[in-house]
Amino acid sequence: MNLFRIITANFLLLVTLSSVSVFAASEVNEGDYFLKANNDVSDIDSLQRGARNFFNYCAGCHSLKFIRYNQIAEDLDLDELELTQNIIFTDAKPEDLVTTNMLSADGSRWFGKTPPDLSLIARSRDTDQVYNFLRTFYTDPNSPTGTDNQALPGTSMPNILWLVQEQLNEKEFDQFTLDIVNFLDYVGEPIQLERKKLGIWVILFLLIFLIFSYALYKDIWKEVH
Amino acid sequence: MSDNLDQDQSIFSNAILRWIDDRFPLSSLIREHATDYYASKNFNIWYIFGVLSLVVLVIQLLTGIFLTMSYKPSAKEAFDSVEYIMRSVEWGWLIRYMHSTGSSFFFIVVYLHMFRAMLYGSYKKPRELIWIVGMLIYFCLMAEAFFGYLLPWGNMSYWAAQVIVNLFGAIPYIGETLTEWIRGDYYISDITLNRFFAFHVIVIPLAIIALVFVHILALHHVGSNNPDGIEIKNYKDEQGKPIDGVAFHPYHTSKDLFWITVFLILFFAAVFFAPEMGGYFLEVDNFEPANPLQTPEHIVPAWYLTPYYAILRAIPDKLMGAIALASSVLFFVFLPWLDKCKVKSIRYRGWQYKLALSCFVISFFALGYLGMQPASGIYVALARFFTILYFIFFITMPFYTRIEKTKPVPERVVYKK
Repeated sequence: MNLFRIITANFLLLVTLSSVSVFAASEVNEGDYFLKANNDVSDIDSLQRGARNFFNYCAGCHSLKFIRYNQIAEDLDLDELELTQNIIFTDAKPEDLVTTNMLSADGSRWFGKTPPDLSLIARSRDTDQVYNFLRTFYTDPNSPTGTDNQALPGTSMPNILWLVQEQLNEKEFDQFTLDIVNFLDYVGEPIQLERKKLGIWVILFLLIFLIFSYALYKDIWKEVH
Repeated sequence: MSDNLDQDQSIFSNAILRWIDDRFPLSSLIREHATDYYASKNFNIWYIFGVLSLVVLVIQLLTGIFLTMSYKPSAKEAFDSVEYIMRSVEWGWLIRYMHSTGSSFFFIVVYLHMFRAMLYGSYKKPRELIWIVGMLIYFCLMAEAFFGYLLPWGNMSYWAAQVIVNLFGAIPYIGETLTEWIRGDYYISDITLNRFFAFHVIVIPLAIIALVFVHILALHHVGSNNPDGIEIKNYKDEQGKPIDGVAFHPYHTSKDLFWITVFLILFFAAVFFAPEMGGYFLEVDNFEPANPLQTPEHIVPAWYLTPYYAILRAIPDKLMGAIALASSVLFFVFLPWLDKCKVKSIRYRGWQYKLALSCFVISFFALGYLGMQPASGIYVALARFFTILYFIFFITMPFYTRIEKTKPVPERVVYKK
């Protein structure tokens, strides 16, 4: 039928055009040391390590203003003691939002730019970008911070993880940063795990309903000739 | 069944419903629009997108009401309030994802609904007015999407609104003043957000509901078209019912219920498993709050408007671009008069229309893709080529449809069980 030919032609064209764009994208040389994050938000251990790493190394400057400490504790299976001893390093209460003690004005005076809130960083940049940003700092004597970054050249953030980077081997360090990325992915959309679990039930219900609606349709139409 | 009842008789035996029937035309409304509304029995899959548009409209209206309960239309609070809905409002994430996914699905089903009309000549006499009202709904839908897109107050929201509003600046003499009047400010600001909110939640939805009402009323007045593009009214049985038609209820409603379920499976698969749809339903830049000082790398409207955006950018002159953009959607309105062919359905039309429609669909998809790409190099050249192809479909239509060699049209609809 002609209709199918029309549709086929469109898909062929789309495939051609999108392969052109894939080719164009692969021309951007990101370097061999760039890795895909492929993080797994259902890995609670990784999220716990990520939270530990974040609150030890990042939370001094960066806030997570859309999430509360007690929600992190609940979602990451942390009890109150673990929360107050390992996560909350400020005078915040468990029900408080994750803010930072650094004043915005200080931040912009020290770094030229206020360190941004990271609640949605894994959604506004993809996790690959955040992951490679954390992994690819290198020494640059010309930079005001002494370091520069492959993923985000000219960044005003100093290589805050340099000590960790020296203590761990490359593989361990990659895991260390990946855990942070995983945690930030979770913070970007805390509901995402529950969303997918619930979705399966909704689709299952609709599939069963589909059987009944099909039977009804066929039953009513059997008299139509 | 109501078949052997006369028109004024009540279809109810219940006393309360009979009481209502004496005071309100409930029975005759049900008869006229459901149990005695006959539509062809050979509807194919293309005929479900009308009812699906209605389903999405209801989804959008209901979820929209609940979103307004927690959303704050202010430049200071809008972005945070959306995150508040996503994180702290009970089921807020589901309501928001249904609304954002719904907007994309609205355009998917409406585009397929429009394409159906182009396949089977549903815009032709006596259905010109249905088509025109339908196009008005489509224009309202674009306005609704545009106003709604600003509300999350993300950075892409902000800059897309900036670009679209600036289009009006291309109008000579009054352009500058007009854009200021639309924004209510010298740039997109809090006051702009407030008025866009008013349009998004009151003005346009009211217009859409009214137009949908007229659209359906006009349809039920002249009767539905069918894949053969012939009038089923021409062959009636002794009771005056079209032989090739079946009653809307229960026949088409039961069929629709099945297809609505199929649709809901696809819809909720997107809502639960891919609400961002790889950046097509929710753009990554919109997870950053609006920032007048930081332009996104390249500004693109939502995917359903990119074909027109590509046309706008294909033309080097700003005013001419805006005119091309406006005429690319306005041309649709005149289809009933541009198409000179007497035969409605593509099944019996000549190769000329089939080829033209194929080229049109290809150019629409291609422009949609190109509208998302940066406006440089090969992309601009391609956009120009497909813009020309797009307009050729409409401009040359009176000529190629006049010389079309059509096949004989059957008297009765083709129906295979």
